[in-house]
Amino acid sequence: MENVELLFLNIAKFIFNWLQSIGLSPLWADFVMLVIKFACIAGIVTVNILILIWLERKVSGFIQQRLGPNRLGPFGIFQTVADAIKLLTKEDIIPSRTDKFIFRTAPIFFIIISLMLYIVIPFGDGMQIVDLNIGVFYFLSVGSLATIAILMAGWGSNNKWSLLGAMRSVAQMITYEIPLAFSLLGIIMIAGSLRMSDIIAAQSNVWFILLQPIAFITYFIAATAELNRGPFDMPEAEQELTAGAYTEYTGMRWALFFLAEYTNLFAVSAIAATMFFGGWQGPFLPSWLWLPIKAYLIMMIFFWIKWTFPRIRMDHLMSFSWKVLIPISLANIILTGCGIHLFRWMGWW
Amino acid sequence: MSILDLVFIVTAGITILASIGVVTSKNILHSALFLVLSFLGVATIYFQLNAAFLGLVQIMIYAGAISVLIIFAIMLVMSEDINQSNLTHKKGSFIGVIVAGFFTFLVSISIVSTKFGAVFNNALENPVEDIAVMLMGDFVIAFEVAAILLLVAIVGAIIIAKGAD
Repeated sequence: MENVELLFLNIAKFIFNWLQSIGLSPLWADFVMLVIKFACIAGIVTVNILILIWLERKVSGFIQQRLGPNRLGPFGIFQTVADAIKLLTKEDIIPSRTDKFIFRTAPIFFIIISLMLYIVIPFGDGMQIVDLNIGVFYFLSVGSLATIAILMAGWGSNNKWSLLGAMRSVAQMITYEIPLAFSLLGIIMIAGSLRMSDIIAAQSNVWFILLQPIAFITYFIAATAELNRGPFDMPEAEQELTAGAYTEYTGMRWALFFLAEYTNLFAVSAIAATMFFGGWQGPFLPSWLWLPIKAYLIMMIFFWIKWTFPRIRMDHLMSFSWKVLIPISLANIILTGCGIHLFRWMGWW
Repeated sequence: MSILDLVFIVTAGITILASIGVVTSKNILHSALFLVLSFLGVATIYFQLNAAFLGLVQIMIYAGAISVLIIFAIMLVMSEDINQSNLTHKKGSFIGVIVAGFFTFLVSISIVSTKFGAVFNNALENPVEDIAVMLMGDFVIAFEVAAILLLVAIVGAIIIAKGAD
């Protein structure tokens, strides 16, 4: 049991010692380790996406009473692989009147930002690339860069659907960033730290979902809007905008956007598991299994909501954030502050 | 030369090139995107100075919000050919050179006369807490005045845009 829990940490220690034994200085060995860790992140992301896309198609099929992919392999599990190969071999079409450089770099920029989010996710006990003392803030501020990438895609395509989709997407993401950040503030106040490991340690007795239920609901709604997922998928509303900012993209460039959306989905769910559900803490199973289990359960709720609710009108979406979510999350911060003072005053905590 | 020096040279180079790109681009949207790149470059310099919080604030507010505001403003007022939207005017070039030269002169005087006594490696254990204590304790009045000023500016902008009635 002990060995299973420490499996990945022992592998990392072994590689580090081996690198030093072949004559690398500690600084360079650290650098090589960092590269290996980033490669691991890329691996985790790729495997995750293959599973997630298959799972989403199966879940949506179940909800809509269809079969979903069922031809390639048992339960259609190789369908995503086949789709990936198809996308890789497709012709890369760049329309002639696009802003070429912006058009080409937008998907790359988008996926780099979503990969950068994984640096602060604690995958297990001590299994985090950097345990920043401002980890939560890092997650929010790097995530806010995604708007630029979508704007680049929408503008570079030189297409009115793309531009309209990008405008909607950016307006929505900027608006919902505020309740997203505010909903996490209550947790930061209770834990007294922005460091992910401190927040997990503060949940060793009680998960924050029990102390901050309102915050979890606002976080969840805001995250759905941040991810541009249904029922808030106005930016790529197929019936009115064909595919929003991604209309002109084909082949692998389009696939990069698609991949980045699922990458973000896992990142947001893993952060939700860390902030509200005790992170990697759990009985019996090793810590590096608990976080994916919790993240996947949260993602199932995302799927369930996406395939159950109809799309919301754009102006309703905006006024919902400004008039409902932001006041609620602000009230939650005040309530949390009063609660912390009451607990200290009564000497319970 | 250590690896950190190399990182600094590369990021500083990118920042400077991006800043030049802001000025020289013919397309004003390219200028705005170069501006984002230079904001990110400045943020990496903050990270290298162990001021991670400041760097993230730079990313969130400047690269993530202010630049989006600029790009939105450009898109909404754009009507003519985008490739001719950021032209240099020859008329003002003489005065521009004088102003820029004078500014460079002032900045170089202040750089030369400063004794850079800062030690880079004394990163605070928890900078966020110190900043919070400062803002909410010693400088709370200045902080609140700034907040009210911003609120008044926002309300004013809405009234100008939508009309007072």
